[in-house]
Amino acid sequence: MTEFQEKSTITLRETLTPEVIRLTLKAPKIAAAAKPGQFVMARTGEGLDPLLRRPFSIHRVHSDGTLAILFKIIGKGTRLMAEMNPGTALSLIGPLGKGFNLDPQGPFCMIGGGMGIAPLYFLAQTFRQSEYRENNQPVLLGSQTQAELLLLAEEFSELGYSVLTATDDGTLGHQGFVTELLDEILRKIKQVYVCGPIPMMRTVALKCRDAGIACQVSLETHMACGLGACLGCTFPATGGGYKHVCKDGPVLSADEVIWTL
Amino acid sequence: MDPINTNHSVDMRVTIGDLQLGNPVMTASGTFGYGREFASLVDLNRLGAIIVKGISQEPRPGNPPPRIIETACGMLNAIGLENVGVERFITDKLPYLQQFDTPVIVNVLGESIDDYANLAARLERVEGIAAVEVNISCPNVRKGGVAFGTDATMAAAVTSAVRQQTRLPVIVKLSPNVTDVCAIARAVEDAGADAVSLINTLLGMSIDIKTRKPRLANVVGGLSGPAIKPVALRMVWQTAKAVAIPVIGIGGIGTTEDALEFLMAGATAVQVGTANFYHPTSVMDIVDGLEQYVHEQGMASVRAVINSLQV
Ligand SMILES: Cc1cc2nc3c(=O)[nH]c(=O)nc-3n(C[C@H](O)[C@H](O)[C@H](O)COP(=O)(O)OP(=O)(O)OC[C@H]3O[C@@H](n4cnc5c(N)ncnc54)[C@H](O)[C@@H]3O)c2cc1C
Ligand SMILES: Cc1cc2nc3c(=O)[nH]c(=O)nc-3n(C[C@H](O)[C@H](O)[C@H](O)COP(=O)(O)O)c2cc1C
Ligand code: FES
Repeated sequence: MTEFQEKSTITLRETLTPEVIRLTLKAPKIAAAAKPGQFVMARTGEGLDPLLRRPFSIHRVHSDGTLAILFKIIGKGTRLMAEMNPGTALSLIGPLGKGFNLDPQGPFCMIGGGMGIAPLYFLAQTFRQSEYRENNQPVLLGSQTQAELLLLAEEFSELGYSVLTATDDGTLGHQGFVTELLDEILRKIKQVYVCGPIPMMRTVALKCRDAGIACQVSLETHMACGLGACLGCTFPATGGGYKHVCKDGPVLSADEVIWTL
Repeated sequence: MDPINTNHSVDMRVTIGDLQLGNPVMTASGTFGYGREFASLVDLNRLGAIIVKGISQEPRPGNPPPRIIETACGMLNAIGLENVGVERFITDKLPYLQQFDTPVIVNVLGESIDDYANLAARLERVEGIAAVEVNISCPNVRKGGVAFGTDATMAAAVTSAVRQQTRLPVIVKLSPNVTDVCAIARAVEDAGADAVSLINTLLGMSIDIKTRKPRLANVVGGLSGPAIKPVALRMVWQTAKAVAIPVIGIGGIGTTEDALEFLMAGATAVQVGTANFYHPTSVMDIVDGLEQYVHEQGMASVRAVINSLQV
């Protein structure tokens, strides 16, 4: 697998909410090589604080050599990135890691919580160009409140998916956990793709296990390198030892890891 | 700035014991995997040497997560010396590295003096290894977990055990978590080390005030990166005055200027660690930058920089 280090340029900055930003970046080598579920390591500036690169899922790719990342401001790195305007250069390394299995063997469902929605859009885009392009496949999206979801839900619908939403405050769709929407659908599908907070992925993983349905999760851990070198990004593996999320993942089969965390 | 001079006629060679290096820039153990991880970003042929992740006799799974935490201008790690073990290193990792001209230095770690001796003996019988670097910052399980590197007698005992088992150059990697690094350096020099490298990480910790929990599962971890550079430089300078064998400088090096400071303080070569994570091409940038510096200063070779500090 080949990774590239590219000095990308921001071409578009969208403010979905004051806390949620989408950056489109010109990074032709990474965009051309990227597969759904893979990620980039972004350097937030030339300075030494913050020091480490930040990992972000590849949210979409476009044929003009751009890709997008979608993120929430949670600390100093994401705050710096949220303030960057079009024209700003951002060093990216990617595409990194193993992405989603692109052959679901039948009907499938995507479930995204919060910023976990980011990689699913690229997956949804990719299926439109594959044999799995039939309309109305279910996509379940959850967040705290509607502001974060409105645009994203519409974009999945435009691709032809059947979108169901859930919000903690009930401002859009079902009030409660997005995982509660899964029970209805589970009998009709062969494969689930899920990305979101750990408790949510654990719930989905257990439901799928009980129903005997394949489930792929996209995991998050702290990362220093994203290249398999620092051995910092571990997640406990079934059968002992650890998975290295940057190399073995970030997408793994739910039964490869231990969900006690 | 002037365009980088890529004129390879500049004499960049240095020697560490019997080991000849094409240039003084190496990758620090644990920050460059087994080399291959960086192959699409870094031209491995341009490095002075590659030092691989620390190897033990048996594979080690390492510590539970979280293992790494960013701190101001640095990071803490508690990887727990995870590695594939010496046999899998030899069969799975080393062959890839042998296609390059770059010397491969194997960093070794153990829990007892026998572990170190056995590793040295095993590696002695393998083609394609240029030197061993002995990580003595590991806990000695027979001595209640005190790190070998914090006691001059234990450090010397490890060094002579390794020395007796191998003809390869032996580099002993010193821990900074000591009162007098010079005493340890002299002890390992007397025990037969061909060189010393320093510093390993500084013991540190970080607390999440919301949960009142340590941020690392292991509670404490090793601090590395630009934050430790002044401490590392001071220790390298003191050590270079205390011993006659070559000193290899490590700690927070990410730019040509950083590398020059270490060479001026008396280091014969340098290792780049944490910078490989945030700026993987820094090793190549430093090789280019040193070459340009030597050229601009009209020096005969990079060796003229070593120990050129004017106090
Ligand atoms: C494979 C992968 C894909 C990701 N994709 C996205 C995405 O598409 N959108 C998005 O909003 N976020 C994503 N994240 C999480 C994102 O990396 C963190 O939110 C970000 O690193 C926080 O940086 P900060 O400086 O703002 O926060 P700080 O808390 O200041 O960061 C301090 C350190 O902790 C690390 N860190 C903090 N939170 C996380 C976290 N949740 N996961 C990993 N490292 C963390 C940082 O990288 C940094 O090293 C992803 C994480 C991984 C591992
Ligand atoms: C993630 C990580 C893993 C490391 N693993 C090892 C190791 O296996 N053996 C060793 O001798 N040093 C190890 N080190 C220490 C480095 O080789 C180096 O001495 C230290 O990080 C200081 O240099 P730096 O500031 O340039 O990173 C490790 C450091 C880091 C950050
Ligand atoms: S992030 Fe460094 S090994 Fe995975």
